[in-house]
Amino acid sequence: MYETNYHRASSVADAAATFAKGAESKFLAGGQTLLPVMKQRLAAPSDVIDLSKVQEMIGIEVSGDTVTIKAATPHYDVAQSDAVKKAIPALAKLASEIGDPAVRYRGTIGGSLANNDPAADYPAAVLALGAVVKTNKRSIAAEDFFKGLFSTALEDGEIITAVSFPVPAKAGYAKFPNPASRFALTGVFVAKTKSGDVRVAATGASQSGVMRVAPIEQALKANWAASALDSVTIPASGLLADIHGSADYRANLVKVMGQRAVTAAG
Amino acid sequence: MGVEGIGARVVRKEDRRFITGQGRYVDDVKMVGMSYAHFIRSPHAHAKVKGIDSTEAMKMPGVIAVLTGQQIVDDKVGNLICGWAITSKDGSPMKMGAWPAMAPETVRFVGQAVAVVIAETKNQAKDAAEAVVVDYEELPAAADIKAAIKPGAPQLHPEAPGNIVYDWHLGDEAAVKDAFSKAANVVTLDLTNNRLVPNAMEPRAAVAHYDQAEEHYTLYTTSQNPHVARLVLSAFYNIAPEHKLRVIAPDVGGGFGSKIYIYPEEMVALWASKKVNRPVKWTGDRSEAFLTDAHGRDHVSKAEMAFDKDNKILGLRVKTHANFGAYMSLFSSAVPTYLYATLLSGQYVIPAIYAEVIGVYTNTTPVDAYRGAGRPEASYLIERMMETAARQLKVDPAELRKKNFITTFPYQTPVIMAYDIGDFHASIDAAMKAIDYAGFPARKAKAKADGKLRGIGLSCYIEACGIAPSKAVGSLGAGVGLWESAEIRVNPVGTIEVLTGSHSHGQGHETTFCQIIAERLGVPISQVSIVHGDTDKVQFGMGTYGSRSLAVGGTAIVKAMEKVEAKAKKIAAHALEASESDIVIENGEFKVTGTDKSIALPMVALAAYTAHNLPDGMEPGLKETAFYDPTNFTFPAGAYICELEVDPGTGKTSFVNFVAADDFGRLINPMIVEGQVHGGLAQGIGQALLEGAVYDDTGQLVTASFMDYTMPRADDLPSFQLSHTTTLCPGNPLGVKGCGEAGAIGASAAVINAITDAIGNNKLEMPATPDRVWHAIHG
Amino acid sequence: MSTVKLTVNGRAVSVDVEDRTLLVHLLRENLNLTGTHVGCDTSQCGACVVHVDGRAVKSCTMLAGQAAGSNVTTIEGLAKGDELHPMQAAFRDNHGLQCGYCTPGMIMSAVDIVHRHSGKLDEETVRHELEGNICRCTGYHNIVKAVLDAAGRMKVAQAAE
Repeated sequence: MYETNYHRASSVADAAATFAKGAESKFLAGGQTLLPVMKQRLAAPSDVIDLSKVQEMIGIEVSGDTVTIKAATPHYDVAQSDAVKKAIPALAKLASEIGDPAVRYRGTIGGSLANNDPAADYPAAVLALGAVVKTNKRSIAAEDFFKGLFSTALEDGEIITAVSFPVPAKAGYAKFPNPASRFALTGVFVAKTKSGDVRVAATGASQSGVMRVAPIEQALKANWAASALDSVTIPASGLLADIHGSADYRANLVKVMGQRAVTAAG
Repeated sequence: MGVEGIGARVVRKEDRRFITGQGRYVDDVKMVGMSYAHFIRSPHAHAKVKGIDSTEAMKMPGVIAVLTGQQIVDDKVGNLICGWAITSKDGSPMKMGAWPAMAPETVRFVGQAVAVVIAETKNQAKDAAEAVVVDYEELPAAADIKAAIKPGAPQLHPEAPGNIVYDWHLGDEAAVKDAFSKAANVVTLDLTNNRLVPNAMEPRAAVAHYDQAEEHYTLYTTSQNPHVARLVLSAFYNIAPEHKLRVIAPDVGGGFGSKIYIYPEEMVALWASKKVNRPVKWTGDRSEAFLTDAHGRDHVSKAEMAFDKDNKILGLRVKTHANFGAYMSLFSSAVPTYLYATLLSGQYVIPAIYAEVIGVYTNTTPVDAYRGAGRPEASYLIERMMETAARQLKVDPAELRKKNFITTFPYQTPVIMAYDIGDFHASIDAAMKAIDYAGFPARKAKAKADGKLRGIGLSCYIEACGIAPSKAVGSLGAGVGLWESAEIRVNPVGTIEVLTGSHSHGQGHETTFCQIIAERLGVPISQVSIVHGDTDKVQFGMGTYGSRSLAVGGTAIVKAMEKVEAKAKKIAAHALEASESDIVIENGEFKVTGTDKSIALPMVALAAYTAHNLPDGMEPGLKETAFYDPTNFTFPAGAYICELEVDPGTGKTSFVNFVAADDFGRLINPMIVEGQVHGGLAQGIGQALLEGAVYDDTGQLVTASFMDYTMPRADDLPSFQLSHTTTLCPGNPLGVKGCGEAGAIGASAAVINAITDAIGNNKLEMPATPDRVWHAIHG
Repeated sequence: MSTVKLTVNGRAVSVDVEDRTLLVHLLRENLNLTGTHVGCDTSQCGACVVHVDGRAVKSCTMLAGQAAGSNVTTIEGLAKGDELHPMQAAFRDNHGLQCGYCTPGMIMSAVDIVHRHSGKLDEETVRHELEGNICRCTGYHNIVKAVLDAAGRMKVAQAAE
């Protein structure tokens, strides 16, 4: 790791101000991605601004039909939250399957979304549930937030403060982990909104990061059942291919995990 | 059996330090004035090193030196050696290129060191390494066997035309041809034995210290065989004469073969400690381990087996290409020859065998012995062949095996080995009973109803351990003898120190060896300590690998003990005024048989050292040594059966049951033996399902971290159901055979046989990833 | 350089380190607590797991500065004097270790697993929960046995308290 300057932010405003002072600042949330990257000397921030102790960024709130997870809330706390388990059980389940237990204690939803790893789990939930990403500057709709691999709508110095999820009628998540890294080789999140709309997002599969899966959405709109996907074919073009999964294998996984997510959603 | 003697499940003596964080590994060693080394490594698989400019690096904070490959050459440090000479079938010696510790002219694999930075801190060394400018001229690379042997392939070493190290053979070609001409059925099989990365959890490390006044070196290193390291560092690398070099291998965090070898980094650390006149520490990180620890396996084979009309085997023909990587590592040449082809008879009567092995250089990390070393490759080939044959001949795979088992011993195979003893029917019967083989069809049908594909697979392995005798291996080209030494010191108050040339890096020697003493003398193991891993303490040793520690090292202890007991009996007889032949040893006492006269061990020991009342002419002291050279290999064998289910939607495999029935001869500590089997099975299953080193066409290692190289995790594996059948090894007084590698040797074939049974498609390579299995199901 | 103040195994310490220093290096290099190990550089093997404010985390994936003000327990701080923690005893009694290198991280993770599941554990759960700890020696068989055994012992110990 290159030498850096560590700062512990006391508030969102303090974090933003400290960030602006550094030549090449980076926000540090749980650090479960940034620190490994820095250890490999693939990132060299002059300053790292630690958000993990910013109290206004920690916690879970449920009001009416919205679940708001503040950005520095660790995955473990989301997975354990009775409120999340009650309102959107699929979201709690997703959080409980990220990384490993030690990672879940440190990793945060804000860090995961800002990094937008194409194999991360949270982007699938955010996109499928039509969540709103709140920052210190604005609110960004899920559709507008993800901009391809490791790229988001966030501007330099912009801090994710919270994510608001509308409570769906039904939702389910099914993940097929990469056998080595345990990231999603493919993960599919299916959601039926309270207005009857169906939204499905897949992570780990596409060359352009998290994606909506139109053929599955159409099939499920007609019939919310795993069997409704039996005749669906997912095209392999544009899908990722690596030593762990060819594009046609991932295409299959999008369908099979979609079916299992529907079954899980009930 | 005493409570701590042979056969007792004694909890390990060494555990307390490990579970309380008090283990002492190489990276835990600190010395006053210690500096840190960081290596500059080639990013290219094949390139000329045209120049190294360290001007800027030398100006950076904390930098003490930047040393290059040319300086190694200038200091006349020897090239790395390969310790086993193999002769090709045309009579020519194997063709080897030079392997300097740091490349002065040409790099031949990604990760090969070209220079080293020595600095005050590890971070300063890493920071400065980035400022060293290396000018490379890239050359075309041959990243695998196929690319290396095709016409016009890039040449790695001028000494080895066509990148062929040797073209070796074993067996009777004419007899095999004759056998095939009489065959009623011939079964053919093409298979790949995938390349593995050992990944002991402790990365390699070295702490080197040069004492200028005494002109003496000390090297702490992650070694399975510190005496061999000292021998090679002095006799071949010319860094220090043996009497001026102390090598210490303290607690070592796993080896699996990968810590047998004396690598460039350890050599350079030792050499550099004199250059900079400071202690030098180098600790590899996992990325360096992936690139530089010797890899394992990597064979491509074609096999044919001939059967008569009664399904009796008539002959076997095998042609194997073995990938050695870019350089010939210490034992690499022996692995695909004398540790592989000699085991191709498996557990079966095969009247004629002919094997050809072609060793190939490629622009990849060097390949050498990894847990099992040649024997897993042989066992996988034979056991995949038996399964394939059973399917082709439409007979039950267990029945086909039983029909062809060797049943009389000793048995001379056509490929050198003379099996001393075994009972293969006993192990397969035990395994079949344990897994309820007969009930499998019903279970398969039930799984099918649940949408799962269930399969069962057998593997009946045999291995050869305790490579020996030295005279025989010497005649086959080995550069060293493969005996072991031991020294027993009975101290004046009766405590006992056992100094062994074996090295424990997880095997539990500190407990098992004590149990041998406890059994013989009837003393508690708390009264015995095991000393190993330090060339200044232990007289000599060949180290631990090839499941040899108990059969060879343990026997050396027994031989030394026999001498100690003989002398102690003389002293006791003298003290008790009895005849020496009437003295028996029980519960730590020397008794005159048939009387109530006795003398306790501490009193005998004290008598030996006070020397006030010894028999006439006897030397004082009670300390004996032994060097033991076995008369034959030992032959552990067993049967593994795996039952599993495949999810047709994802190709994912889940274990239902895994049973093992092993014959290791006598068990000293069954708890430790079981642990060895568990670990071996995990590595065998890992090879079958998860692990595989992958290079791209340019020679970049794609699986260069745990992010891409799938290490077996707890949720990838089942709990194992173990049992033992026993035929005592006649070749050593303990009756032991060795247990460290069996699991890794036998498991992979059982898994692949089970998956291919489940999916009804015999064509499936390791690792059988979900992707591969899904494609094998769906095309 | 910064001064990092934290409590390690019940002892208040103050250490001057470069800001890039990872918690594991502070423990190993500055405090000589070498029981915590480094087995990879991608935050996967778990040999470095320690407890920070009661949670089992990877000390190789945390800057020393992030631990400032925290309570850290390492493998050296788990036993009460000569009395082993039930998890340590269970690892020994079940032969849950061989080379010992992954063992400290494995034990620290395992203690956390038992705490989180309030002693209600089965084999499948233990295997799943050990996802972040890699062992190359044992095939996990006896580690799983040890954790289940310790879960029982810890329940008894808790009941006795």
